[in-house]
Amino acid sequence: MRYIPNSPEERAEMLKTIGLSSAEELFSSIPQDIKLGRKLNITEPLAESEVIKLMESLAEKNSGSKKTSFLGAGTYPHYSPTVVDYLIQRSEFFTSYTPYQPEVSQGTLQYIFEFQTLVCQLTGMEVANASMYDGSTAMAEAILMAQRLTRRNKVVIAKNVHPEYIEVARTYTKYSETDIETIEFDKKTGTIKPEELKLSENTACLVVQSPNFFGCIEDLKKLADITHAVGAIFIVVVTEAISFGLLKPPGKFDADIVVAEGQSFGIPMSFGGPHVGLFATKEKFVRQMPGRLAGIAYDKNGNRGFVLTLATREQHIRREKATSNICTNQGLIALAATIYMETMGRRGLQEVALQNAQKAAYAKQRINSLKGFSIAFSAPTFNEFVVRSEQPASEFLDNLRKEKGIIGGLPLSRYFPENQTDFLVCVTEIHTKQQIDEFVDCLNKL
Amino acid sequence: MSIKKVRQHPTQNESLIFERSQKGRIGYSLPKLDVESKNLDEIIPVDLRRDDDLEGFPEVSEVDVVRHFTRMSTWNYSIDLGMYPLGSCTMKYNSRLNEKVARIAGFINLHPLVPEEEAQGALELMYELQQNLAEITGLPAVTLQPAAGAHGELTGVLLIRAFLEKRDGKARRTMLVPDSAHGTNPASAQMAGFTVKTVKSTSQGLTDIEHLKALCKEGDIAGLMLTNPNTAGIFEKNIKEICKIVHDAGGLVYMDGANMNALVGVARPGDMGVDVIHLNLHKTFSTPHGGGGPGAGPCCCSAELEPFLPVPRIVKEVDRFKLDFNYPDSIGRIKAFYGNFGVMIRALAYIYTHGADGLREATEAAVLNARYISYHLEDTFEKPFKSDCMHEVLFTHKKQARKGVHTIDIAKRLIDYGFHPMTIYFPLIVEGAMLIEPTESVGRQDLDAFIEAMKAIAKEAEENPQLVIDAPHSTRIGRLDEATAARKPILRWKPEIEAASKTA
Amino acid sequence: MNIPENLRYSKDHEWVLIDGEIAIIGITDHAQNSLGDIVYVDLPKVGDHFNAHDACGSVESVKAVSEVFTPVSGEVIEVNETLNDSPEVVNKDPYGAAWMVKLKIKDAAEINSLMTAEEYREYLNNNT
Repeated sequence: MRYIPNSPEERAEMLKTIGLSSAEELFSSIPQDIKLGRKLNITEPLAESEVIKLMESLAEKNSGSKKTSFLGAGTYPHYSPTVVDYLIQRSEFFTSYTPYQPEVSQGTLQYIFEFQTLVCQLTGMEVANASMYDGSTAMAEAILMAQRLTRRNKVVIAKNVHPEYIEVARTYTKYSETDIETIEFDKKTGTIKPEELKLSENTACLVVQSPNFFGCIEDLKKLADITHAVGAIFIVVVTEAISFGLLKPPGKFDADIVVAEGQSFGIPMSFGGPHVGLFATKEKFVRQMPGRLAGIAYDKNGNRGFVLTLATREQHIRREKATSNICTNQGLIALAATIYMETMGRRGLQEVALQNAQKAAYAKQRINSLKGFSIAFSAPTFNEFVVRSEQPASEFLDNLRKEKGIIGGLPLSRYFPENQTDFLVCVTEIHTKQQIDEFVDCLNKL
Repeated sequence: MSIKKVRQHPTQNESLIFERSQKGRIGYSLPKLDVESKNLDEIIPVDLRRDDDLEGFPEVSEVDVVRHFTRMSTWNYSIDLGMYPLGSCTMKYNSRLNEKVARIAGFINLHPLVPEEEAQGALELMYELQQNLAEITGLPAVTLQPAAGAHGELTGVLLIRAFLEKRDGKARRTMLVPDSAHGTNPASAQMAGFTVKTVKSTSQGLTDIEHLKALCKEGDIAGLMLTNPNTAGIFEKNIKEICKIVHDAGGLVYMDGANMNALVGVARPGDMGVDVIHLNLHKTFSTPHGGGGPGAGPCCCSAELEPFLPVPRIVKEVDRFKLDFNYPDSIGRIKAFYGNFGVMIRALAYIYTHGADGLREATEAAVLNARYISYHLEDTFEKPFKSDCMHEVLFTHKKQARKGVHTIDIAKRLIDYGFHPMTIYFPLIVEGAMLIEPTESVGRQDLDAFIEAMKAIAKEAEENPQLVIDAPHSTRIGRLDEATAARKPILRWKPEIEAASKTA
Repeated sequence: MNIPENLRYSKDHEWVLIDGEIAIIGITDHAQNSLGDIVYVDLPKVGDHFNAHDACGSVESVKAVSEVFTPVSGEVIEVNETLNDSPEVVNKDPYGAAWMVKLKIKDAAEINSLMTAEEYREYLNNNT
């Protein structure tokens, strides 16, 4: 095996050195009756070229990867600058581990510190951690944190939060004393009506997404006020991180915890993962925060460095009393997001956000002008919007895909069975005017 | 600053990107907006838009970015540089082939919500991986959804919880966790609503069977979370009896698969009586640790537990692969979409590259390397447990502590010898623990160099302890004042930090 | 090891100073020394009630957390707020400036079960 440096002869010599005569004797502490005693039923080893061929043939079967697609809904197609993927492939980044030994991990620690800073700047919050698995698990952790902060059980989640995120929250809280209530959105605007919210002294938190699952921008100011009036924690979820380049950050509306999916920051869609969760909060809540944190420290000569800090919150020290069981962060993906944010920079992030908004607005306007199609919700949107048609959306989207090779969005019925004729369309900077026009023309002809 | 002639690059103190930022620098390129631009106020009202012009966000060129990260990278140790013997973390070689195949356009450009028929290759790949993991663990039902080891643990204990409630019509609340376990075990059990009771270890470093029996007698046992080989690197030879005791008490056995790399091709948890296990694809199956992630923590379980696995399941129907949501007893989703697909590609490539024989060979080579270190260092460092180790070996600082040299000092001094330190102060059951896991990816010369370094440090500890206590001496920064960092945490950059650094 | 004669001690390494109906509680020199640099002190709220041996707070070093158990039962009437900003005082002056909690004693009899300085010294000798 080419990944094992020692040749069979060297291994035989080493066995002899330690007083053994065969490799089997290395396993003498395993009782005979639980040993496998046969070869694993796994394919014969493949040569490098054979593995590549096999993987390419599998990838080839993913026909959806080649089609023009207007799918968003939590995973977004964006352009990633070339440097992102090149830089994360430096050995020193991708073959290192969690920076337990700061003297030989300053590269990792410094980029985590930069990542934390960038997340704070984007969300308008005071502290951010070194990242979570993804947006959905970050939201579940935010809910658990709100329960610790308030010592209350009731969790109120807007129904227009990503449905899979809500499912994850239900799984995470299944066996704790948690009562999850989902609240309806306004069928006209697509957003939550602050004045219809019924929060109480038992409410631990209100969870809303903005832009929400339908792409609509929520009235965060009013929602924050209503949540704080009962002493609850206001959690804002963002699945489309590019929106931070244009929309007012949740921190400006006094959000207590902001969680986001960071996939849009240069991370490939990769069939849903690995992605990266952003997690930010107020400084006064930092000790209840889950996940790793990097901070500044100095050595005795006054040199600035970075260390993992406030580790006593974590599982390896506090065990069952820890703020979370989470062990690692999404290191390499957080690095990719950091490189993306820094490469795009102050101007690029605003411009890409603007392009998303303009292109989506163009598509929205054109589709709205078609006979038989309308825009389902009236609230302002960023780069996603719901189209309402006169027929079952899944059927004609299937036709569009099969006949024209265009994936025209997500039938809402996947998550909202009552919305049979609606579909969610996402337009980003990667879509050209020509692609949008072709899509609109095809819709027109259906 | 004094200029030295020999250096890797102009600055050993690469600034934070915010300090490097210069107004007006650009590092990106975007095509020109090709649709007619609307008045922004008509799209999004002004009071919903940012009004800070992203003040403070970096403005740098592409060259700045490349140099910034390349310079910072030189401050990291990595597997590609040398031995990285973190016990329990399994820092084995990360092949470039796996990186290459994970970047095939047909994988990375695939949106998770495309119709199933447009993602047949991805679903087939996941199905294949499931089949292979089931064969390797001897546990037939697999979910690939968990994003990391701890996430897999949580999934595993949630499965146990759901199964018991269905079977008994009520909850069992006690989860037993050995005192040697990873901290994630009790933390995951707590998240699943269990009360943790700790099982003691014996003086041989094994689970104390008598204590386990006594705890089981107390009743209300939901299960046991056991790492095998355990965190002292020793195989729990009584595993069958342990499983029987827990099963007789009405509970199930969850195995932490962090150390599965010691068993692949040799023995299977399913044959030992284990009901559910999580695997760390980033350990046993060599997917890169990436400075802390991403990992993947699939769960493999018995047929009995299968109905409770997270949805959607990946199933095969004749020659088509599909997402199956129809599991009414499922614990639900543990993550959006289907798991860390990019990590799964790499793990399957690892399995294909090795084949059955190669997987067993890797296990043998890993255990041999650990035993080789154990053999050569057991006269120099105290070995708290006498049993033969599996893939990792545990020592303590006991002999060196007499001279005031502790585990932390030995670890830091190893850096001067060109190695990454071992895992330190874990497991918690021995004082001054040093847990060394070489993995199969280290050749004999490097093992000998490591052994020599450890012996040299032990000698220094005798003759010149201060040299060890002040280590490392070769890094660009010395030991950092972590106490001050924790008392007054600075967790993000602000303009005043720059000023403070300049005066420091 | 500094073990003032005028205090009473618990097996969990807390000290108690009895001042009439009031018990002042902190952690011993031995406790701070074995924890190392203290970086954070978590204290209860005024008005909280505790039974003897309840955890009433915690002390953290960089890599360890240790709970503080109240040696006697009572109601919290004051906590040492200065420890929030200056946890290092616990290392410097464990018996003085780093007192943690003042309790209104509920059951004076409990005090008799605590160790004297001499007994605590012996306890340390036997247990470390």
